[in-house]
Amino acid sequence: MLSKIFASIAVAITGSILLYGVSDFPAFGDPNSPASAGVPGSESVSLYFIEESYKDTKVPNLVTSVLADYRGYDTMFETVVIFAAGMAIFAILRVVGNDGEEKRATSLEDSFTNGDHSRIIVGTTVRIVVPVIQLFALYVIAHGHHSPGGGFQGGVILGASFIIIALSENLNAALRRLSEQNYVRLAAIGILIYAAFGVMAQILGKNFLDYGVLEPLLFTDGPEMARSHSMLGVEVGVAFTVTAIMFAIYANLSSRGQLEKGL
Amino acid sequence: MIFALDIIILVFLVIAALIALSVKDLLSASMIFGIYGFLICLLWAEMGAVDVAFTEASVGAGVSTVLLIATVYNTRRHSSD
Repeated sequence: MLSKIFASIAVAITGSILLYGVSDFPAFGDPNSPASAGVPGSESVSLYFIEESYKDTKVPNLVTSVLADYRGYDTMFETVVIFAAGMAIFAILRVVGNDGEEKRATSLEDSFTNGDHSRIIVGTTVRIVVPVIQLFALYVIAHGHHSPGGGFQGGVILGASFIIIALSENLNAALRRLSEQNYVRLAAIGILIYAAFGVMAQILGKNFLDYGVLEPLLFTDGPEMARSHSMLGVEVGVAFTVTAIMFAIYANLSSRGQLEKGL
Repeated sequence: MIFALDIIILVFLVIAALIALSVKDLLSASMIFGIYGFLICLLWAEMGAVDVAFTEASVGAGVSTVLLIATVYNTRRHSSD
């Protein structure tokens, strides 16, 4: 009872602080506010993105060009945040020193065919559906600068396809396809790919993540196409990290850090 | 942007949020939280922010619901103390 009173007081204080913060917002329909930028005469940078980003980068999807090029530094550290989240889950939950790896090697045959017959329908359906999901995920990653999508979304879908395998059979079936060693490596490689695009631009004499200068390395005609192709490369890096971390979080949460059996 | 559709989705959003808060069973609460995420996704798609809607559909309605259920599955119905 006492804890409920304290919780109510905490909620009331937080709510009043939030309401106080709302009073600092720009007025509704204010042309200078960031939300209504793009209205001619506003001071925001958004109008520049809307008008010039296709000429600068040859990327039709405005969101991706802002996310991966103009604000590439932001996106890189968002990816690092996801990596850090995965490492935190690993540090808190993972129980080291079991013999799960050995059991996984010996139980290669234990998938849906023998034993648990109630899972046959689910297992078969998942086996048909998973390749389609993964193909769609790759399309979302690779087509992210022409249509909605990109590294984050495609990575989550790709990670979800491994989670679906773990749900339909057991965690070991998914870990045989993407083992713990491999997903930790994949997560680190993703960030390294992203950072490599930045460092290569630095080596060629421009700022970190200034992709236009990568033109001779990517064999493109003009710095615009170099920026477009570098965005694709960066999205692939993001997708690696997100895929690995999404599956890592599920694997550790569902098995209490044992990486055995799962749900 | 259709105003009537906005209102309908927002009403369902508030209903889903209230049910998710008030329901006792954690499993149903996380399922309703998934519905809440999907309704937000619909709202964003309807407002024209397709990229954000896509992210919400895959992360909010998809993976985070699975993660919540995975966590609920590892809890007990009554606390031990």
